[in-house]
Amino acid sequence: MSITTSKSADGSVINIRIQGRFDFSSHQEFRDAYENADDNVREYLIDMSETSYLDSSALGMLLLLRDFAGGDAAKVSITNCNHDVKKILTISNFEQLFSIK
Amino acid sequence: MSNESLKILIADDNDTDRMILQAIVKRQGHQVVAARDGAEAVEKFRETAPQIVLLDALMPRMDGFEAAEIIKKMAGEELVPIIFLTSLTDAESLARCVDAGGDDFLSKPYNQIILQAKINAFNRMRIMHSTLQEQRDQIAENNEHLLQEQQVAKTVFDNVAHMGCLHARNIKHLLSPLSVFNGDVLLACQKPSGGMHVLLGDFTGHGLPAAIGAMPLAEIFYGMTNKGFNMTDVLREINQKLKQILPVGFFCCSCMIDLDFENQDIEVWIGGLPDAILYRSSGEIIRIKSNHLPLGVLSTERFKTETYQYEMGMGDRFYMWSDGIIESRNISGDMFGESRVLDLFDRNHVPEQLFGEIQSSVQQFIGEKEYDDDLTMVEVAMMPESELGLEGSQVGKSALIGPVNWHFTYEMRNETLREFNPLPLLLHVIMEVPGLRTFSGQVYTMLAELMSNALEHGVLGLDSKMKETPAGFAAYYMSRAERLKDFSQGWIRVSVDHQPLEKGGVLMVRVEDSGEGFDYEKFESKSNLNKGYCGRGIPLIGNLCRRVEYLGKGNIVEVEFEWRPE
Repeated sequence: MSITTSKSADGSVINIRIQGRFDFSSHQEFRDAYENADDNVREYLIDMSETSYLDSSALGMLLLLRDFAGGDAAKVSITNCNHDVKKILTISNFEQLFSIK
Repeated sequence: MSNESLKILIADDNDTDRMILQAIVKRQGHQVVAARDGAEAVEKFRETAPQIVLLDALMPRMDGFEAAEIIKKMAGEELVPIIFLTSLTDAESLARCVDAGGDDFLSKPYNQIILQAKINAFNRMRIMHSTLQEQRDQIAENNEHLLQEQQVAKTVFDNVAHMGCLHARNIKHLLSPLSVFNGDVLLACQKPSGGMHVLLGDFTGHGLPAAIGAMPLAEIFYGMTNKGFNMTDVLREINQKLKQILPVGFFCCSCMIDLDFENQDIEVWIGGLPDAILYRSSGEIIRIKSNHLPLGVLSTERFKTETYQYEMGMGDRFYMWSDGIIESRNISGDMFGESRVLDLFDRNHVPEQLFGEIQSSVQQFIGEKEYDDDLTMVEVAMMPESELGLEGSQVGKSALIGPVNWHFTYEMRNETLREFNPLPLLLHVIMEVPGLRTFSGQVYTMLAELMSNALEHGVLGLDSKMKETPAGFAAYYMSRAERLKDFSQGWIRVSVDHQPLEKGGVLMVRVEDSGEGFDYEKFESKSNLNKGYCGRGIPLIGNLCRRVEYLGKGNIVEVEFEWRPE
């Protein structure tokens, strides 16, 4: 499991890439990824192209990020999920809270 | 060497001369066989097989010249030096001695010292000759052995590297070995849930080193595909294995596809090979660029499994190849090149014929010249799965045999709960149910959520209410780590039961823990979906399972997961 971040040229979009299993063991690393980004960040992209699995505590972590980013006004997209990950997000009705691409 | 005792045949019709020579030779420590004429010499040669022959040139019944020819013939490949004894001195007569197969001549009267020197010299030559022959025979035998071994190994390699369903009607392929072993691997396998995996690999180097890597690659490809693993799992495993066994600098440029006949789409992973091409029946050409390193280069942590995904209509065709096609050279050293390949696509009118057109074009280009790389190319077309001609294939059958009706209980106690993640083990047993692998994601979710609830809320007694605020969320996982470190007594018992249905089956999981339990009647009446940062595990399980039930004092949960093959 590893989390890497990158930013757009103007620093307004942060890309958080999660590799491997996304579960409780990564909560500190995940929180650091968005809390340590500077104030210019307006938009969050969660790249799950290499996330193999998501558990219920990871769902909680995504909600923490959403609230950190401004709650209902937050711009958070989850991209490139595999079939299993998408299914978990769908079951939990996360498409109502996040833009899932 | 001069002390070595040899058996020497002496033939002379003159009794005195013969006696004198015999005496000299005997005095030098050799054994003598004597003959009075050519015919007797031949006879004695046959009987006693001497190592050196001394022949008088002129004798009654059969002269030395004729006897020499016969003796040389009889000796065959063995070198039996023949020295002519002669009182003749004219050059012509001496030359005739050598022409008749003699190796040297000795003029009468005999000089002892010269005779001894000649016997020794010819003995050395004789020994050298026989050593050479022994070594030649040894080399020939070794070579024969090696070729035989390679032939057997190649048969094994071909069985492993080119098996599977390459004969399916939607696949056309070309494999042309550069040497006995080929650095290229082409594998195709049907998936138990329908669809097909195809992998083309080009190992660095040729011959034996390349072939060795192909073995585990094929093993993993077929083994995991048969068991229903998805493409990225298969690639990850192959990469890890190759990284582990291949020396640095050896790797496998590869392209793997996952073909879904039902949804008519294709997923492509490509690392280190030339652009693959998706050729639509509309004439559209999509080039798919390699965006990964070859298999066997990166460690598991850094290995990437991003894929390209395309819809693929009936009659659309996918092409992949090793660099041998593009880099094949003609007599003047020019490369066939990518543009020639693309030209063929542009000029093509009947897609069914394109594969043959590329093949003959490459062959025409290189002409009579030897191939200088492995030329491997494959075309995979989209067609209805029922028309592939693969009914009753071995692969499909073997995947359907396995344990379907069983039960086990696994109890973890004390330090084991702290140290050990039981999920891979449990999942491994459960996934032996044929066909269930397709649902591994859901089964994993179910088990993971049940296990973490039993451990966190049951054994460790953590309250998920803590997770209702961001700060509490972090505190929760901090105290989870602390309590896990300090805890000494507790257990979780997992019982899993599988029973087959006519299609698919029912997986029952019961998890019991040593904790206090909780008031589940109160919990169930409360709808807390998407509030706070917790409480998502059980609704998730509820969505996947046909039954979720708490029992006892709330420290037992039973779920039933019903599945049907897709």
